[in-house]
Amino acid sequence: MQRKRQAIRDHSAEANLFARRATIAFIIVVAMLGIVLNNLYSLQVTQFEDYQTRSNGNRIKVLPVAPNRGLIYDRNGVLLAENRPVFSLEVIPEQVDDIDQTLADLTELMGITNDELERFQSALKGTRRFKPVALRTQLSEEEVALFSASKHKFPGVQIEARLARHYPYKETLTHALGYVARINKRDLQKLVEAGQEDNYAATHDIGKLGIEKYHEELLHGKVGYQQVEVNNQGRIIRVLSVEPPTPGKDIVLNLDLELQLEAQRIIEGMRGAVVVTDVKTGGVLALYSNPSYDPNLFVHGISSKNYSALLNSPDRPLINRATQGQYPPASTIKPHLGFVGLEEGIITKDYTINDTGRYQLPNVSHVWRDWRRWGHGKVNVSKAIEVSCDTYYYELAYKLGIDKISESMYEFGFGDFTGIDLYEESDANMPSRGWKRARFNQPWYIGDTIPVGIGQSYWTTTPVQLNTSVNTLINAGERYIPQIIRGYMNTDSSVDLIPLKSLRPIEIKNRNNLNVVLNAMRDVVSGEEGGARHAFADTPYDSAGKTGTAQLFTVGQNEKYDATKIDERLRDNAMYVGFAPFNDPEISVTVVLENVGGGSKNAAPVARQIMDFYFRDRVFETAEADSANTDNELGTN
Amino acid sequence: MKRTTINPNKISFLQRIHIDGWLLVGLLVLSCVGLFTLYSASGQDMEQMERQFIRLGFSFIVMFGLAQAPLGVFRFFSTYAYGAGLLMLIAVLLFGDMGKGAQRWLDLGFIRFQPSELMKLAVPMMVAWYISKFTMPPRTTHIIVGFGLVVVPTILIAKLIASSGIFAIFLAGMSWRLISVVGGLIGAFAPVMWFFLMKDYQKQRVLTFLNPESDPLGSGYHIIQSKIAIGSGGVDGKGWLQGTQSQLEFLPERHTDFIFSVFSEEFGLTGVMCLMAIYIFIIMRGLIISSRAQDAYAKLLGGSISLTFFVYVFVNMGMVSGLLPVVGVPLPLVSFGGTSMVTLMAGFGILMAIATQKRLMSR
Repeated sequence: MQRKRQAIRDHSAEANLFARRATIAFIIVVAMLGIVLNNLYSLQVTQFEDYQTRSNGNRIKVLPVAPNRGLIYDRNGVLLAENRPVFSLEVIPEQVDDIDQTLADLTELMGITNDELERFQSALKGTRRFKPVALRTQLSEEEVALFSASKHKFPGVQIEARLARHYPYKETLTHALGYVARINKRDLQKLVEAGQEDNYAATHDIGKLGIEKYHEELLHGKVGYQQVEVNNQGRIIRVLSVEPPTPGKDIVLNLDLELQLEAQRIIEGMRGAVVVTDVKTGGVLALYSNPSYDPNLFVHGISSKNYSALLNSPDRPLINRATQGQYPPASTIKPHLGFVGLEEGIITKDYTINDTGRYQLPNVSHVWRDWRRWGHGKVNVSKAIEVSCDTYYYELAYKLGIDKISESMYEFGFGDFTGIDLYEESDANMPSRGWKRARFNQPWYIGDTIPVGIGQSYWTTTPVQLNTSVNTLINAGERYIPQIIRGYMNTDSSVDLIPLKSLRPIEIKNRNNLNVVLNAMRDVVSGEEGGARHAFADTPYDSAGKTGTAQLFTVGQNEKYDATKIDERLRDNAMYVGFAPFNDPEISVTVVLENVGGGSKNAAPVARQIMDFYFRDRVFETAEADSANTDNELGTN
Repeated sequence: MKRTTINPNKISFLQRIHIDGWLLVGLLVLSCVGLFTLYSASGQDMEQMERQFIRLGFSFIVMFGLAQAPLGVFRFFSTYAYGAGLLMLIAVLLFGDMGKGAQRWLDLGFIRFQPSELMKLAVPMMVAWYISKFTMPPRTTHIIVGFGLVVVPTILIAKLIASSGIFAIFLAGMSWRLISVVGGLIGAFAPVMWFFLMKDYQKQRVLTFLNPESDPLGSGYHIIQSKIAIGSGGVDGKGWLQGTQSQLEFLPERHTDFIFSVFSEEFGLTGVMCLMAIYIFIIMRGLIISSRAQDAYAKLLGGSISLTFFVYVFVNMGMVSGLLPVVGVPLPLVSFGGTSMVTLMAGFGILMAIATQKRLMSR
């Protein structure tokens, strides 16, 4: 059958059939390739821009570049916070032939510890082979030199430098300057909330405390960008363009490093704080809290041992006593209260009481005592300030009443934040009826009012708050906000000052009232019975002030205070507020020393030394001539 | 047949060495384009270039060698090649190495051999031999047997390209009505394939093809990066060695299956159209040679080889540009790769034999 069929097959018909089919096949071939071409046309022409964008998105990465943090200078141009290179030893895995051998050699050379090796090995696993992995951070200069000498033996091992904050004056400025440390999760959260996470994309550290934290925005600067071409593994092939970061602003502080060092030197070994401000601007010249600690510890991550030592120390070095320490103001607020009494017409400058050393309310058995058991005899308001008569102020407080006291003292800034450029500030407490109700759910008793007259009984203040209140008094009601920052340092070392900040001033009814209390404050220093006359004997400048001795321990009704018999932590705090020169005040000094005893003996001499240091190069006219023409006139600003 | 004789001397020389000049020129131009593209796609790897060059040389020698063989030899060996191939496929199924998700390699001890490569030629040879025994157009029973000859090895090696034998049936004049019936049957068979015959990795390819963006970092990555490479090439291309997708290694498999993406990125739509013209020229020349062949076996075999070549080109271009699922088919004579190139050039050797034998006979 088959052969027969083959025999009769029509060759030309078969050839035609095949040619037809081949032609059809070719048409199909062209048509199908046409479909492919159409698809390619759609990719390469219609959607070209889309795919070009995606192609660039693949290869072009934008890397953030961290700005250099602004430097911090003191008012005289001394560098207080600098950016120093810190060196770390890094290994680039893909450039090392035998990593185990290299590590062994490095261990021999540098004494790499097992901890460091373990950390390195675990970091190695999670890193791309062309990315450097740190073996040891914070190399010392000796280690850098040691490695550099044998660098040629270690291909793929390098020393990497990064800028990190360094505080050359260590614990001297910690509570004012603060410090920076690595950005943690909480910081990141805050940055995200503030919409700042992009700006910090390349930043390592952030201000954690003090000026570094408060002025973070100024100091940080603006992130820059580097456009780079990368391959599929993220390796940088080349840099395409650079948008440089804007470095943070270099700032100048009102702080005077010399004065700060002096304050530190003077109160060394004591717990307390010294605040010195520029009366005419509110600028903070010195703000020192003792004990302090080295902020550099925190920059590279403090060890938990060191941290718990700081945290658990009974001296509480982490507290900024100048702004967070809450102390009863004690007698230091007598000028303020005396002034309010005069302004309110409750007393006159000539109103006199006879102080027997005891004060009693009608029908109340409780006796309030003067610090001098036998009293001061006949005292007016000036004398009451000079000798720090308590009885006079018991009566004044009684007459003013708690509402008037609270209201007027709040105007002086008590019980409120001063607004100093530190986040670590307490508003302390100015007691009032409302406060006591809220705090203890108790009514205000008249007995509560009496000790308020001598700055006790729930009343607390911070050194910086107390200092500001005295400045308000000196400045006749002007209320400058204390500021640590002074201005911006320009590249030519000139300084652009930041405008002064102030609150609504207190309205003064009669300027003479002010002069009465200020003159009385001078008598504290130079009067025959002045509480600080010994401390300020023979100063070349004319100063004024007020001592304070805050009781932390309530002595029984018929007992005598005996410092040696009570716990050291319950002994009296010594306080002093003062300013100088008297006729044209420049600086205002506040000293608080914990548990050292009376203000006259302990705090006033500290203030004296501060003032002596501040005026060390100054020549003054003789004190007599000075006082003669300024008896009733206060130099105004 | 004297009408094609423009330069009698040259033709006679080429005919004497059994070479079709037009086809040779097409293949040489294509090989050159391929080498240039590979140089870029391999990241200027001279070692790879050398290997590819040697492979090309070997393939051209195979082509030249087969071109010398009389057609009767191919016809004679059709059944034996097919039978041997079938046996080896079964051997692979039983003893083969696991490679690339499918059992395709047969380890003969000294060499790893892919029986599927042999089947690429043996299947059309077998079908052409069988169909050409009868008159054309073939009867339905012959068509069914022909399909059987195609389907059995196709299922065994799970590689669609082996089905090229059906081109012989089509070219033999299978009626259009039957074609539509078969088309309908295949359509109905697709779900059966999906649920019972396709392996997981094949299903994954199809799923990824349908929606590559669903898994942009996994199996969809290839096709997305490939489309970005092609699309970003635009009309003029980024220039030779300038393709960022390929040079920066975003494009996977760029020197093998995805080399067309490299070409499209660097030479743009303009280059693509030139490349397609070369392929169409070669396919056209193959079909012309087949049409002019004297006997049915040569016609059917030559036509099958030409159309198989087209399938390679179409499937590769279609898959890298997202028209077809990624099935691992190289771009003929351009992709880096060994055995498939030798098979391909062996096919062209047969075509050359067909071309020159006919001329000799017609004289």
